Amino acid sequence: MAEIKNYTMNFGPQHPAAHGVLRLVLELDGEVVQRADPHIGLLHRGTEKLAETRTFLQSVPYMDRLDYVSMMANEHAYVMAIEKLLGVQVPERAQYIRVMFDEITRILNHLLWIGSHALDVGAMTVFLYAFREREDLFDMYEAVSGARMHAAYYRPGGVYRDLPERMPQYQATNQRSSAEIARLNGNRQGSLLDFVEDFTDRFPAYVDDYETLLTENRIWKQRTVGIGVVSPERAQALGFTGPMLRGSGVAWDLRKKQPYEVYDRMDFDIPVGTKGDCYDRYLVRVQEMRESNRIIRQCIEWLRKNPGPVITEDHKVAPPSRERMKYSMEDLIHHFKLFTEGMHVPPGEVYAAVEHPKGEFGIYLVSDGANKPWRLKIRAPGFPHLAAMDELVRGHMIADVVAIIGTMDIVFGEIDR
Amino acid sequence: MTDAIQSLERDVAAALGDRLVRAVSDRGELTVVVDAANLVEAARILRDHDTLAFSTLADLCANDYEGFGDAPPQGPRFAVVLHLLSLAHNRRLRVKVYCPDDGFPIVDSLVDVWPCANWYEREAFDLFGVVFEGHPDLRRILTDYGFMGHPFRKDFPISGHVEMRYDPVQKRVIYQPVTIEPREIVPRVIREDSYGTGKS
Repeated sequence: MAEIKNYTMNFGPQHPAAHGVLRLVLELDGEVVQRADPHIGLLHRGTEKLAETRTFLQSVPYMDRLDYVSMMANEHAYVMAIEKLLGVQVPERAQYIRVMFDEITRILNHLLWIGSHALDVGAMTVFLYAFREREDLFDMYEAVSGARMHAAYYRPGGVYRDLPERMPQYQATNQRSSAEIARLNGNRQGSLLDFVEDFTDRFPAYVDDYETLLTENRIWKQRTVGIGVVSPERAQALGFTGPMLRGSGVAWDLRKKQPYEVYDRMDFDIPVGTKGDCYDRYLVRVQEMRESNRIIRQCIEWLRKNPGPVITEDHKVAPPSRERMKYSMEDLIHHFKLFTEGMHVPPGEVYAAVEHPKGEFGIYLVSDGANKPWRLKIRAPGFPHLAAMDELVRGHMIADVVAIIGTMDIVFGEIDR
Repeated sequence: MTDAIQSLERDVAAALGDRLVRAVSDRGELTVVVDAANLVEAARILRDHDTLAFSTLADLCANDYEGFGDAPPQGPRFAVVLHLLSLAHNRRLRVKVYCPDDGFPIVDSLVDVWPCANWYEREAFDLFGVVFEGHPDLRRILTDYGFMGHPFRKDFPISGHVEMRYDPVQKRVIYQPVTIEPREIVPRVIREDSYGTGKS
């Protein structure tokens, strides 16, 4: 009889459940995990170093590519850090637009999470449903920014442009009948806000559908209840934030505790778990989608009634309007300086954090007064979550490792930066 | 806002005593500087003291101040910056530690105080070469296996030193010195304070 039972196994980086490029070295005793050593950095692009060589505005699109399933939330933290250093006031309408798109982004992120988590655990259908709804949300992104994913819509001082009055529509092709085109354009007859409102009317029923498929599903519960349990104290010590922390029963949400933009005017609740296992975190995130839906509706109502500017009038920070540039020399100079040399940010250091769909996404920005940041540190929520992987999977089976990767909502764009 | 920062400053000063070197309050955020020798002790106080209770280490990173503000060096080159978060009191604090030796930056590890410091310290070591004494497993984390140098130091070029390609003769991937020229489209400039105000 051979005495040595432990062996090591490579999980990823090409494993379908590794959510991208996670390489996990597992030390196994039979099927029980004794030790997990995540190897990360396969997607390291040096965003922080790149930002040091570019002007403040040029780094906005890099932020989209950090956590590439919640693009605008990343931009939000970055522009908030710049605004804090500059001391710029953001117009109220821009704040509402930001809150609305933050919540659209949260739904976008949680839909991908619920789809891929369920797919990893063995439920195929949810994935297909979730991607159907994501398509509508991408259309909202596209309507405001022109890009389906990497929007670069938030700018220091506001947002790039106001919400469109007309929602883009499908054009007739020889592939689709006119009746089919008319059906697709049914909810695209009005403005973007009409389209978003139509989505928020439909969305609660969709969440009910996902819950029908999962919440009471016996297999789903067997795979998630009691898996990856974290106590509230341990979650804090491990640096958990967002749903990972709330799943353990800590009612901590930056939108409530340290409100930014207009979150203090919004009426919404913070769902918390009780046991801190994968199932509780699932319930928290599902409820968060419903709460996001509520916030979006409140934003729509306000945005309909209150037109106004969406970006600051300070032309040292934001460009003047295209029209004014045609006859005002000063505006022309401002535009030229802003897009060649970039804005100068006063010396200092700030930390700005937002409640990102995955947790606390923070930007630590150090400026020495130049047109480029001296140092940009991105506090990615997934980084401490993944760091706790070893602790969470110890003593679990290999199949549970997949469930735990799913519950962490890992995206390598932000972890590797 | 200012009241909250002042009361935080008072509490931190009272708890840390003479371990506190300097406290700076700017834009609604408080930064305290402590000596590298007192770091672990100060961290324990900040975590355990009732009025502070910084239970979460939100972030830890290193900083390279070589050439900061286009000025000759003032003080040490490397610093380690901690962002602490207290859930009980809803407060944030930034702690800064300057590494005494520029040639071999070393500070004590905080893994025993906050377990999540583990990966953050590995990252700071990988990118800046700051060594954390007492760290259980100080390996590189983000860069490639066998990477040379510390890429986020200011003297490390953005294009790097080596590039990788497949060599058809040797039939394997090889490393060679970089062939691309570094280029800078927008130069880095620091303007005088009155720039753009219309006054000279």
